[in-house]
Amino acid sequence: MKPLFATLALLVAALFAISLMTGPAGIGALDGLRSLILGGDGPMPIVMREIRLPRALLGLAVGAGLGLTGAAMQGYLRNPLAEPGLIGVSGMAALGAVIAIQTGLSLGTALALPATALTGAAIGVGLLVALAGPRGGSVTLILAGIAISALAGAGTALVLNLSPNPYAANEIVFWLMGSLADRSMVHVWLALPPMLLGAALIWTTGRGLDALTLGESAASAMGVSATGLRWRLIAGVALIVGPATAVAGVIGFVGLVVPHILRPWVAARPSALLPASALGGAALLLAADIAVRLILPERDLKLGVLTALVGAPLFLHLIWKTRSGGRV
Amino acid sequence: MRAFVRRSDRIRRWLTAALIAAAGSAIASSAGAAPQRVVSMNLCTDQIAMLLAAPGQLVSVSDLARDPRMSPMADRAQDYPINHGRAEEIYLMRPDLVIAGQYASGPTVAMLRRLGVRVEVLPPAEDIDAIRAEIMRMGGLLGREDKAAEVLARFERGLILADSNADRGRAALYYANGYTSGRDTLAGTILTAAGYRNVADDLGITDTRSLPLEMLVMARPDRLITGAKWPGQSRGEAILDHPALARIAPETAEVTDRDWVCGTPFVLRAIEALK
Repeated sequence: MKPLFATLALLVAALFAISLMTGPAGIGALDGLRSLILGGDGPMPIVMREIRLPRALLGLAVGAGLGLTGAAMQGYLRNPLAEPGLIGVSGMAALGAVIAIQTGLSLGTALALPATALTGAAIGVGLLVALAGPRGGSVTLILAGIAISALAGAGTALVLNLSPNPYAANEIVFWLMGSLADRSMVHVWLALPPMLLGAALIWTTGRGLDALTLGESAASAMGVSATGLRWRLIAGVALIVGPATAVAGVIGFVGLVVPHILRPWVAARPSALLPASALGGAALLLAADIAVRLILPERDLKLGVLTALVGAPLFLHLIWKTRSGGRV
Repeated sequence: MRAFVRRSDRIRRWLTAALIAAAGSAIASSAGAAPQRVVSMNLCTDQIAMLLAAPGQLVSVSDLARDPRMSPMADRAQDYPINHGRAEEIYLMRPDLVIAGQYASGPTVAMLRRLGVRVEVLPPAEDIDAIRAEIMRMGGLLGREDKAAEVLARFERGLILADSNADRGRAALYYANGYTSGRDTLAGTILTAAGYRNVADDLGITDTRSLPLEMLVMARPDRLITGAKWPGQSRGEAILDHPALARIAPETAEVTDRDWVCGTPFVLRAIEALK
């Protein structure tokens, strides 16, 4: 298992460096690195520090957060289809963020943006856990997820269409598909602290999730409090998905693909899958964000387009296996 | 072969006859009395029509003409009933001439024509010559050639006054969603007329298109002219608040406003404001 973590960490580091080197300004790798670290005069340090660094940092953090929450929700719901983007948690976060932006709350206090997104995500994941729970079947989870994401998507579109701003309605695509273009360090500082707190909370659920694989009664016999586990999970997911969505929009499928690929490598142990999925998610999102800048550099291709192209076939495959009765 | 030649000859003769007939009818209609009930359904034609029309000749302007954020003649537009560019309401105004912009809804224009209303479509004026042509064309359409010549003369005097050979440095236009304008656009024309060199020229951009933020930062403009903010919030406009922009162009940010929207004599005010 050690080689797996080392490989993933190296991959993330390499992709982070490539992300810093990717951009239309054509800055050489060494020049870019020097001006990033040492600063200096001219526009190059501004490009490296104010434009590319926040983009790479957010790619790392949002990807890691989505991978981590995907693995945690799948562990708790014991269902491989649970993924924040698909079952409406990110959608609810986007609705919260859009409400904060359009009501002007986020102008008053910048913190209102991650706070309302977090509230939206908490409502979404809370509803799901209440409806599907650890015992709910795949059908319940998917139906609840479809209902919540449809509601959140409609609410987001409604709020943006009601806005007096002519650009707002065009941004429905961003909130549904996600993008990291032109984010600044302000967004990093808004999103990162709550996400770290959420990651710490999810980290503590590892043992409980391991116990849960033996069944609920076995878990409670081992001293795992079901209520405590549930609340830590809901809070952790909301703290990660809310701020991540507030700055990057809804990016689906990362939390689905990554745990699915990595599960065999960690012998399906949830506590080991959590950190592995965080690293894997960071790698996937950084790679997707590099790809959108290389494929259509001038068009701001949305991240969700790429992750869906990779993830949707896998999702169908999972449904197929679930339907034919085999455990995934 | 001979049969083919003969047939093509016949077609040519027939076409010529048709063309002469069409031209004749066009001359006849333009030589006829000036239209008495004119409806304008485009913000830019609204303004030129209001400048040129005889009292009572213009019966309606578009709703945007009353919006002070976009229309330099918002006050004067209060005197006219407004339309929203819908075929039904415009037809009920019984116009004998409808003036539309090039980006008017195609089905609306087609519907009005089907109902027998004369619709003239004017392209947007993107440079000084096009503004001159637009004023003269509108004067011809309204039968107000004298008034058009008068407005044009005033515009020419303003242009001479505004003309400056001073080099004020390099400037960049930057709007919501990271768009910029090059020299073939009205905004680019205003910028050049005010004595600036447009950084879009260096980057090979002639029209309005998106410019990555880092390319703009690398171009180091001396002055930054951004789009006006609309009420409400949007992510598209958030790029104008990006810290990197404040770093490259501190205290030199300017905002485009209603005088930049349309190719009308009001661009003189935009040019003056940049100096």
